Amino acid sequence: MRNMTVIDRSRSGQTADVPGGSEPSVAPAASSKEHKFQARKVAVYYGTKRALNHIDLDIGKGEVTALIGPSGCGKSTFIRCLNRMNDPIANCRVEGQILLDGMDVNAREVDPVELRARVGMVFQKPNPFPKSIWENVAYGPRIHGLSSTKVELDEIVTLSLQRAALWDEVKDRLQESGTSLSGGQQQRLCIARALAVDPEVILMDEPCSALDPIATAKIEELIDELSGNYTIVIVTHSMQQAARVSDMTAFFHLGDLVETGPTDNIFTTPRDERTEGYITGRFG
Amino acid sequence: MAQHIVKAFDEQLNQLDAKIAEMGGLAESLLADAIEALSKRDAEVAADVVTGDRKLDQLEDEVNDLALRLLALRQPTATDLRAVLAALKISSDLERAGDLAKNIAKRAITIAKASPIAPVTGIVGLGALVQGRINTAIDAFVARDAKLAMDVWSSDEEVDQLHTSLFRELLTYMMEDPRNISACAHLLFIAKNIERIGDHVTNIAERIVFLVRGKAPERERHKEDESSSTEVRPLKKEN
Repeated sequence: MRNMTVIDRSRSGQTADVPGGSEPSVAPAASSKEHKFQARKVAVYYGTKRALNHIDLDIGKGEVTALIGPSGCGKSTFIRCLNRMNDPIANCRVEGQILLDGMDVNAREVDPVELRARVGMVFQKPNPFPKSIWENVAYGPRIHGLSSTKVELDEIVTLSLQRAALWDEVKDRLQESGTSLSGGQQQRLCIARALAVDPEVILMDEPCSALDPIATAKIEELIDELSGNYTIVIVTHSMQQAARVSDMTAFFHLGDLVETGPTDNIFTTPRDERTEGYITGRFG
Repeated sequence: MAQHIVKAFDEQLNQLDAKIAEMGGLAESLLADAIEALSKRDAEVAADVVTGDRKLDQLEDEVNDLALRLLALRQPTATDLRAVLAALKISSDLERAGDLAKNIAKRAITIAKASPIAPVTGIVGLGALVQGRINTAIDAFVARDAKLAMDVWSSDEEVDQLHTSLFRELLTYMMEDPRNISACAHLLFIAKNIERIGDHVTNIAERIVFLVRGKAPERERHKEDESSSTEVRPLKKEN
């Protein structure tokens, strides 16, 4: 497992290189100049219908990027391109190029299973396996061959549950079913499951839409803690959530990427009037 | 700009605008009345200004309450957020302008007890100039007109120039006849108060530009008020 270095970052969307030279350099993880993903001219078709129109979007390494926009704007379609979740959809065709650390994710030699281990995903509704809490987290690392012994797996399960801020709540009942947890706990279990295979990126498609405000706050706090070490892309319908958790915000509308920029700017002085209309609640 | 999907949001923002417009109108008339009380030596009008200022304070409280509710319940963003912030700050500038007008009125009552002196005419001119700027600033706020606000912003130079020349004039009067000193000292404060109201109007203009454009005016405003470095020396007596 990677060493867990929590990088203290301001929410301003700026880089937060550790001042002074005494600290070991952890800056690359938080540098806004380094891109985890580079999407170029990405177009997605469902049959003949085009759902995304030539999207160019860079996603900063270690940053939280929020994708916002009205229903049907293409934000979920876009996030699903990042780990090829659109592949199994019949009639779905992806054009353009998506580079992950410079590697074309759609290249023939890329194994989508390997890709999804690097680029994990958390969905709208928590979907734990109908197995024990321990098994939910251990399943991924075991099938990916990340560990062979029970001791190693125990270690991964513990660390993942700790990172997902769920450990204290479940440590005494790891053998109980994952589905016995509350909705918010289930969602954090799904995040723990994603973290267990040591991903570099976590995609979240409306991770809080089925959760109450307290459970939502816990997920948001978790996103805050994970950022820096992980690149996070979150699709959300809650603009306040995007404003609270993200460094960068991208606004999609009718399949176009209308505007992208530091979250501060998008929510105080957006450049495009469509963005302004959407975030201020003036969309027709 | 298009209306909000939630109509009550628009209604509350409109209420906020209406309250600022009302405050602006009141501040303008308080200044006009204070100047009238001075030029007509009318203690009754002066007393009305003191009462009117209380209404202005009350309106400021109402703007604060409304803004607080809007922030808590609507979580405004972008232009809406700037509108609420601008309203909060503009109301505080207008409230200060009202306080200064009240102070002018109080001094007008004192001056009315002394014999009339000439420089009052200059004060009336300065007052009318600043009064016009308040009026234009509020027009610019209601119309969200950044260009008009910039005109108001730039026009503070004229106020500063007039204030400096009044300052010189009053010093001369005081030197000419020490019996003028008491009234002239009050007039100096009155002129300074009007000039301060002018500064508040400049602030308001800046808030409007920020509200409309998302950033305050960039260039440094040219300042023309030289009263703080002005001195008038008595003529040397020849032996």
